[in-house]
Amino acid sequence: MNTEFDYLLKRAARGMMSRREFVGRASALGISAAMANTLLASAAQAQEPVKGGVIRAGVSGGESTNSLDPALAASPAPFAVSMLWGEMLVIVNEKGEVEPRVAEEISSNADATEWKFKIRSGVEFHDGKTVTAEDVVATLKRHTDEKAQSGALGIVQGISEMTSEGDMVTLKLASANADLPFLLADYHLQIQPGGGYDNPNAGIGAGPYKVVSFEPGVRVVFERHANYFDNTIGHADGAEILVINDNTARTAALQSGQVHMINRVDPKIVELLTGVPGVSIERAAGRGHYVFIMHADTAPFDNNDLRMALKYAINRQELVDKILGGFGSVGNDFPINAAYPYFDASIPQREFDLAKAAEHYKASGHDGSPIILRTAPGAFPGAVEAAQLFQQSAAAAGIPLEVKVEPDDGYWSNVWNVEPFCASYWGGRPVQDQMYSTAYASTADWNDTRFKNARFDELLVAARGELDGEKRKAMYSEMAMLVRDEGGVICPMFNEFVEARRAEVGGWFVDPTHELMNGRALAKCWLNA
Amino acid sequence: MHPVLKLVAQRLTLGLLLLFAVSLLIFIGTEALPGDVAQAILGQSATPEALANLRESLGLNRPAYVRFFEWLGGILTGDFGVALTNGQDIGQAIGQRLGNTLFLASCAAAISVPLAILLGLVAARYNGRWPDKVISGITLSTISLPEFVAAYFVIFLLTQVIPIFQPVAMVFPGMSFLDRLQAVALPVIVLVLVVLAHMMRMTRAAILNVMQSAYIETAELKGLSPMRVIWQHAFPNAIAPIISVVVLNLAYLVVGVVVVEVVFGYNALGQYLVDHVSKRDLPVVQAVGLIFAAVYIGLNILADVISIIANPRLRHPK
Repeated sequence: MNTEFDYLLKRAARGMMSRREFVGRASALGISAAMANTLLASAAQAQEPVKGGVIRAGVSGGESTNSLDPALAASPAPFAVSMLWGEMLVIVNEKGEVEPRVAEEISSNADATEWKFKIRSGVEFHDGKTVTAEDVVATLKRHTDEKAQSGALGIVQGISEMTSEGDMVTLKLASANADLPFLLADYHLQIQPGGGYDNPNAGIGAGPYKVVSFEPGVRVVFERHANYFDNTIGHADGAEILVINDNTARTAALQSGQVHMINRVDPKIVELLTGVPGVSIERAAGRGHYVFIMHADTAPFDNNDLRMALKYAINRQELVDKILGGFGSVGNDFPINAAYPYFDASIPQREFDLAKAAEHYKASGHDGSPIILRTAPGAFPGAVEAAQLFQQSAAAAGIPLEVKVEPDDGYWSNVWNVEPFCASYWGGRPVQDQMYSTAYASTADWNDTRFKNARFDELLVAARGELDGEKRKAMYSEMAMLVRDEGGVICPMFNEFVEARRAEVGGWFVDPTHELMNGRALAKCWLNA
Repeated sequence: MHPVLKLVAQRLTLGLLLLFAVSLLIFIGTEALPGDVAQAILGQSATPEALANLRESLGLNRPAYVRFFEWLGGILTGDFGVALTNGQDIGQAIGQRLGNTLFLASCAAAISVPLAILLGLVAARYNGRWPDKVISGITLSTISLPEFVAAYFVIFLLTQVIPIFQPVAMVFPGMSFLDRLQAVALPVIVLVLVVLAHMMRMTRAAILNVMQSAYIETAELKGLSPMRVIWQHAFPNAIAPIISVVVLNLAYLVVGVVVVEVVFGYNALGQYLVDHVSKRDLPVVQAVGLIFAAVYIGLNILADVISIIANPRLRHPK
């Protein structure tokens, strides 16, 4: 290609020339419009990151009660903060694969009961110390301590023995688990010096940015970690996370340029924002889903015909359109979607079918007294409206649902996992095993549907240690069918992460793992001048 | 003892008793909420073991009255304790946020109080004529708007249509005074709109009330200009009710502006209190509650004292 074309391409990719102008000038050089467009797209992708500047995110979901202890991180702001200062053994990348970080190599024995992680050499904490295998073991151990109140307790509990030798960490499991590396990508497990025993709130880790100042629920200021081991990320000199919980203020802050990206764009205003110059909407279909959960062991929900009647009586597409504003996909009454490895796409979609609903309802022999569905504004965004839509479609099938709106305050302690039928949500998990083990195994604390099925439990354990992908997929498929046709979960929809960024933000890509590019958007993006 | 001093001492004692009662009420109120701190912290991710551990380590298993008196003892020795949720020192966190609260309140007061009184005087001067009607109409419509509507309107107008201010009003240590003023401009505008009408109407009513008196007629007959009659003869005698309503609004600016704080992301006490209420962080709720109560009671005592000093009949009782 001649040099003049190269020059045009670079100018267009940097945004110094419009696409129309570029295509016109290129055709003057004898290059077709289609060809020119393709070349431009690849040039824009290969665009060099720009170094420097301070990149800012406006994040909803932070409180002045937050701390820097990664074990306690639960809401969106502490998550995003810990993903910036912290580094983990591994991370789940945008393709859903395990990507080694502090660990350089991962290996296991043949039955997946013993795992070895070789620690990358030369990874440095913000305080100048080198990350050692001892630090890694101490970190994992701290999370097993119930006093640490770690959100990852359930994950590390399954590790029976943790040892370090030289640069090698060995983890022995009580029972086989082929998914262990995925589990260790849990965002609570940020490696801390000495495991963070001295001061879990120090915010000192091995991540791309150092914490400069931390005002909980308000702002966290970061500067680039100069000795970060991976120079492909961490482009801006500084980063800031501003907690802006109010939807309107967050959107206005993005439009006025006070921040460069925001999470949780209200689906209702997406259409309005799409037309705004300088702002782009970014969507990522993740694993989070909204549910109505029935206790399968409590009358009247102990009758599978009644459960099936309710499953047929919900109009999933209507909920996706009206509650998610179209930013999501329909669920199929099991908690897994295409974002998971080993998802079986051949499982038929449950349709909205009033005739079948009425048929099952009749077969259930229910006495026709009102079935109480509890919901709250905070159960998930739009949970009250979703319950009302459900009530109306169920009424069309002759099923008497009664919606009871509970206060947000105390909902997770007094209603969820207590009352037999209520609205709830799940954020999803990186792998199927973890999702099912957390909420569908007979003995799970959070079995919020009281689903107890011996065949399911058997498959769950077998699949966990199964290294053959085909067999594993078949097992997960059978489990999905069990939950779908016998379980207590009505899963009408999977929600998407809807976020927005300013045009000058470069390097954004879709990462379905978690919001804001799995919390790394500030490190992976850059500011085009 | 001078009667005024005696009165101030009386009011202060009553105020302290009232504060104690308030602290007790706040404590009972937080205890009565559904769920406890441990459940609130862990939320949907609470397992029974984690809950039991957390309750143990937070000392929630001890009887309520023990925790109450321990806390009260701490306050009296200047120790607010640490927040249950994130282990931060409460005294320190409150110190900074109280400063921000007072900064916002002072800015809003510095504009709204003189403006309200001036408008009130003008409205009284032109009672029933068009300036009176325009002033009353505008201020009454701004007070009738819910605060968040006014806030969204101001955000839309002054950050999108005419982009001269920033929608997020956070302030940080190390910011210059001018930067701070620039940051709080929008919340100040909203607060001024919200408190203006009340003070303006009260000034107008108080002045008009005094204007019925015989000595005003005398002043008018002496040939003084109407504005001078109002300023020199009516205003000093109407000051007591005006002070009361001004102080009431000052108290509101300190303790009642949580909606405005949330909309503008302003890091002051209200937001801090609400976050900790929803997490059942009792030490913080009590500490902030007490500060708010102290501000309210203190300002009311101040209003009483000023009214007495301003009123010769109360100043020199027979």
